[in-house]
Amino acid sequence: MNFTKKQSIADADTEQWSLILSPKSGWFDIDLNELWQYRDLVTLFVQRDFIAYYKQTILGPLWYIIQPLFTTVVFTIIFGRVAKISTDSLPPFLFYMAGNVVWGYFSASLNATSNTFNANAHIFGKVYFPRLAVPLATVIVNFLQLFIQLVLFAGFYLYYYLNGASARPTGWLLLLPLLMTQMALLSLGLGILFSSITTKYKDMRFAMTFLVQLWMYGTPVVYPLSQIPSWLLSWYEMNPMVAIVESFRYMFFGTSVVRWNQIGISWLITLLILMVGVVLFSRVEKTFMDTV
Amino acid sequence: MNAIQIENVWKEYRLGVISHGTFAHDLQSWWAKVRGTDDPNSKIQSVLVGKKTQIEGDHFWALRDVCLEIRQGEILGLIGKNGAGKSTLLKLLSRVTAPTKGQIKIKGRIASLLEVGTGFHAELTGLENIFMNGAILGMSRQEISAKLDEIIDFSGVEEFIDTPVKRYSSGMYVRLAFAVAAHLEPEILVVDEVLAVGDAEFQKKCIGKMDDVAHAGRTVIFVSHNMAMIGKLCSSGAWIQDGGVKKIGSAQETIDAYLAETFTNVLGATFEAKPDSSKAAQLLKLSLTDESGRITENYHCDQRVVLRMIYEVRRKIQGMYGYMQIMTGDQTAVLVSDSFDGGNNALDSLDCGIHRITIAIPPRTLAPGDYHVYLNFTSPEYQGGNIDSPGIVCRFHLDDPASKRGNRRGGFFSTLLDWNLDSSILANAKKNVWQ
Repeated sequence: MNFTKKQSIADADTEQWSLILSPKSGWFDIDLNELWQYRDLVTLFVQRDFIAYYKQTILGPLWYIIQPLFTTVVFTIIFGRVAKISTDSLPPFLFYMAGNVVWGYFSASLNATSNTFNANAHIFGKVYFPRLAVPLATVIVNFLQLFIQLVLFAGFYLYYYLNGASARPTGWLLLLPLLMTQMALLSLGLGILFSSITTKYKDMRFAMTFLVQLWMYGTPVVYPLSQIPSWLLSWYEMNPMVAIVESFRYMFFGTSVVRWNQIGISWLITLLILMVGVVLFSRVEKTFMDTV
Repeated sequence: MNAIQIENVWKEYRLGVISHGTFAHDLQSWWAKVRGTDDPNSKIQSVLVGKKTQIEGDHFWALRDVCLEIRQGEILGLIGKNGAGKSTLLKLLSRVTAPTKGQIKIKGRIASLLEVGTGFHAELTGLENIFMNGAILGMSRQEISAKLDEIIDFSGVEEFIDTPVKRYSSGMYVRLAFAVAAHLEPEILVVDEVLAVGDAEFQKKCIGKMDDVAHAGRTVIFVSHNMAMIGKLCSSGAWIQDGGVKKIGSAQETIDAYLAETFTNVLGATFEAKPDSSKAAQLLKLSLTDESGRITENYHCDQRVVLRMIYEVRRKIQGMYGYMQIMTGDQTAVLVSDSFDGGNNALDSLDCGIHRITIAIPPRTLAPGDYHVYLNFTSPEYQGGNIDSPGIVCRFHLDDPASKRGNRRGGFFSTLLDWNLDSSILANAKKNVWQ
């Protein structure tokens, strides 16, 4: 009798607490369930960002078209006409546009997500919600930009195709959504990794913009993978964006020297970066407000 | 049954040279350390003078071993001086930051209102912002949809619900924001005193809503410097001082104990706040001085009492103004002054940086006695209204040795009035009578 009484006290002691707030503990302390509960918030962030973006600019979503169009024209002139870099015998305009669309999404997502903590300090300081909702929404809202640019790209693609360019789509094009997912995961992982670092070092933000610019030249955006000398290749393919950009070109043009092992490496590094990013992010998010 | 159990919670903030926010400064400090010279980036910690007990090396314990049990249905008022740890406790409960040691157990859904209109976006319409704000506060889209009519009705901005909120007047903005907050129905609600500002009508609405919440059996934790409001709304009180719980009891008991001690010992002629970069502007320092600049609590009625403030603006705010109230010991207001009283408001859209603000109370204004100075900085353009609420910051004492009645003079003023005499009228009147 006495025993059961004690038992019930013990039961009461481990009452059904719905939430226990404690110092940061585990290394992988991210609650995906909770993130799922806040899915409405992610949707609303996406809506908000999109509405705010096109309401604040005069040309609205037209920017999504003007931006890659002009960059592609500039690339075609500088790298195609002046520097005469090989484009694997593809029409230079189409070649650069393919690189631009992919890189444009990646760099835009990365730049935006890497500023998560600083840009949202005001909201983060007042209310709790899973912080991961913000960069997640950023990556999703940028899909919209990607989609508009893909349509633009498809238009030019069709034009060149009908005019007898050597580009031929391959069946792998069906895997485009998977490729887009990888881009999203990579920019998310890297973005939250950087945003965690920028909470401590605010000047990393400027380094970031600069780094992304340099990175583009380490990625086959303005030149094809086939131009990389073989002695450099084993280092070069460590860049996860290499396989992404080249896979994209292969899907549409059928001409690329990208190999399966490079795609494998790219995925491996993507997932590794994402994991490190999430771990670091979950450690920073709990006490980030103390350092602002 | 406890709704919240706070068990041995400690919260540490680091001081000084842990990081300067830029990599360059960290390098500089590291280099100075290597060469054994003074760190060019170390801060002077004058801000925390008088809080020595909470400092250990470069650590500052904002909360030290706090234990609190809050029963379900209890309305707990947290009171204490600025910097005592109330806000830190609120931040922990709101999950804005995590405790350093100990744990907080919570039963039921918790929502916090540290300001109204968190996440409002100027470009979105009123309707869109209702959903946005609701979701940020933890409501699902379904819940918001279900209460949408009620929220819009309560806000009273029905006609403008499809207009972007950047076209709203500040009053409309706050009403809409509060309408969303008011329809939040968590089991536990954490409320900061920012909700208790704004115009009188708004305050009444706030208090009314808090009363409703209380009667609905939900648990509320409420922070305020307004003792009258705590006394009216709360069932119990906790007095936080120097990072610990000094007293727990019924609301009135706690308030009485707090007032008895605070206003005799703690308040002086100077005030210093811990810089809080989340505030757009903040009163950093205040001292009461005589005309010559000497800091003192004691004045003669014939002396000018000068409030000297060091005020930092971190973000430019339109419509910012200061509010000062001088009150007697029993909190009766005797003199109220707004920074726009002079016709032009010097604080409106004040540039970023550190400013010196002085207010002089002319000689022979207040009657001899003890006074407290209350300060608040607000803007109707600012989300939630309040920018910085230092509250009661200092006290002073007035003596009247010069006039004949001196300190025995009652009333509210010490203004000496002339008694003018003109005897000629009477003489003429007498003449008239006799004629």
